[in-house]
Amino acid sequence: MSTTTLTAPIRVNTAGVHARPGLGRLVAVELRKMVDTRAGFRLQVAMVALTVVVVVVRLLVGDAAHHTFQSVLDAGLQPSAVLLPVLGILLVTSEWSQRTGLITFALVPVRSRLLGAKLIASLLLAVAMLAMSITVVAAGVLVASPGVEATWSDAAPLIGQSAVNLTAGMVVGVALGAILLASAPAIVLLFALPASWMAVVSLPVFSGVAPWTDYARALGQMTEKVMSATQWAHAGTSLTIWMVLPLLIGAWRITRREIAS
Amino acid sequence: MIQTNGLTKQLGGRTVVSNVTFRCEPGTVTGFLGPNGAGKTTTMRMLVGLSEPDSGTARILGGRYRDLPNPGRRVGILLDASAQHAGRRGREALAVSAHTMGVPAQRVDALLELVGLDETAARRRVGKYSLGMRQRLGFAHALLGDPEVLILDEPANGLDPQGMRWMRGLLRNFADRGGTVLLSSHLLAEVEAVADRMMIIGGGRIQAQGTRAELLTESRTIVEADDLAGLDAAMHRGGLATHPADGDRRLVEAEPEVVARAAMADGVVLRRLAPAEDAGLERLFFELTTGGASPQSPQTDSIHPELAGATA
Repeated sequence: MSTTTLTAPIRVNTAGVHARPGLGRLVAVELRKMVDTRAGFRLQVAMVALTVVVVVVRLLVGDAAHHTFQSVLDAGLQPSAVLLPVLGILLVTSEWSQRTGLITFALVPVRSRLLGAKLIASLLLAVAMLAMSITVVAAGVLVASPGVEATWSDAAPLIGQSAVNLTAGMVVGVALGAILLASAPAIVLLFALPASWMAVVSLPVFSGVAPWTDYARALGQMTEKVMSATQWAHAGTSLTIWMVLPLLIGAWRITRREIAS
Repeated sequence: MIQTNGLTKQLGGRTVVSNVTFRCEPGTVTGFLGPNGAGKTTTMRMLVGLSEPDSGTARILGGRYRDLPNPGRRVGILLDASAQHAGRRGREALAVSAHTMGVPAQRVDALLELVGLDETAARRRVGKYSLGMRQRLGFAHALLGDPEVLILDEPANGLDPQGMRWMRGLLRNFADRGGTVLLSSHLLAEVEAVADRMMIIGGGRIQAQGTRAELLTESRTIVEADDLAGLDAAMHRGGLATHPADGDRRLVEAEPEVVARAAMADGVVLRRLAPAEDAGLERLFFELTTGGASPQSPQTDSIHPELAGATA
């Protein structure tokens, strides 16, 4: 250990000491945290690799004439759609499971700002993964089946819907993470809840409410075809129940809970 | 400066911190001493806004911690050296915090060097660190923002003797430059060697606080004599409480001079007469933190009237 001692007097007001870290900086830090750990980095490598694999396989099977942008996009988005919410969960829960919350919340005591930064960072990552997926899908379609008729039909609305799909999934992940503050239960719930709900509402009694509350179906159809107004209404109510509500509960939990892990 | 007033916190129906009031001045090192589970950590968490007190207030540098715009630049915290992401590299763990508080990246390297983590260690993931390395990383983290106040929970944990000496030098130097230091420990020796003031906490309450001299207003004397029976009789006649000590000695609760006079009055020859301050502080710590189970506690209570009832 160095025996050097510091001789300067304890600082009197240097620049930056009284400046609150801006939201932009907090967002940048949260993005950095997503890639600077082994788990986070591997998850993102996995998303890119799986997207490439899925698109290649999708293009190798079946009739080349059916390989339109629309038909490949649905498959190509799946890796990101499945893994992004997991990343969203970890972004919140690692502060507890890895106990970094002791540091994070001490440096940023206003917890709502931190949660806001995490949300914005996760949305930015979702958009980045969307761009990655669309690039891989488009490149694959161009290489594998150039000149198929109507290859690019509805590309713009489908990309828009895909953006909603990925960002909404990401926010659901962040929200579940914020509610449970533990990685494993949140990840289990992320996959078990929509499936269980689907089982419940498949009962004939619930046939009326099913489309309005089935979040998995609402998200799923976004990457398949251009949605009708009714389908958007279904998606709206489902996302309010499964995304907005959990996010509010999670935010309430995080701002009140003791950071004592 | 750190100031608390009547901090109280219940967790799980149990009062873990009860009416804790203290003040740490700039230029001093304050030792926060108590057994594990006495409430040190909870108190420190309340200081920095990680835990909300049920009642009472905590102020740092004149205001609430959470009202500090960029707290990392003014208050350095080490609450738990193991609270780092296991999958993050040592340098990156510091760099993330430096990024948050807007400290230049070069400072990360300067601090890694200061705490003695070399390039290999800085590149390793924190999960592979030994406790001592984590503790050093924690020190680097606490000093990263060039703070005016340091709040350190059990910082000596896992440090080797050389590392402890280094830590003491660092804290002394920090305080001499006008900084405020609050450090906790469950080991008296760690705190005693560096602290200007000490607070002893037990069962969630501050049992005693003051400088070392203030805590030892009563002095005790170690006495050796060939005629132990005669010595006991002489001390008894002089009204001095006497306890057996190691190696056929006696621990007398009085100044050496008083003991000598009492012995002389009875013509008892003393072979050794020495103040027993360390034993006194250790005993005081033990008594105060074990709920007054010791048979000598009534005398302690009369000597420290401000503590009366605190150990009940």
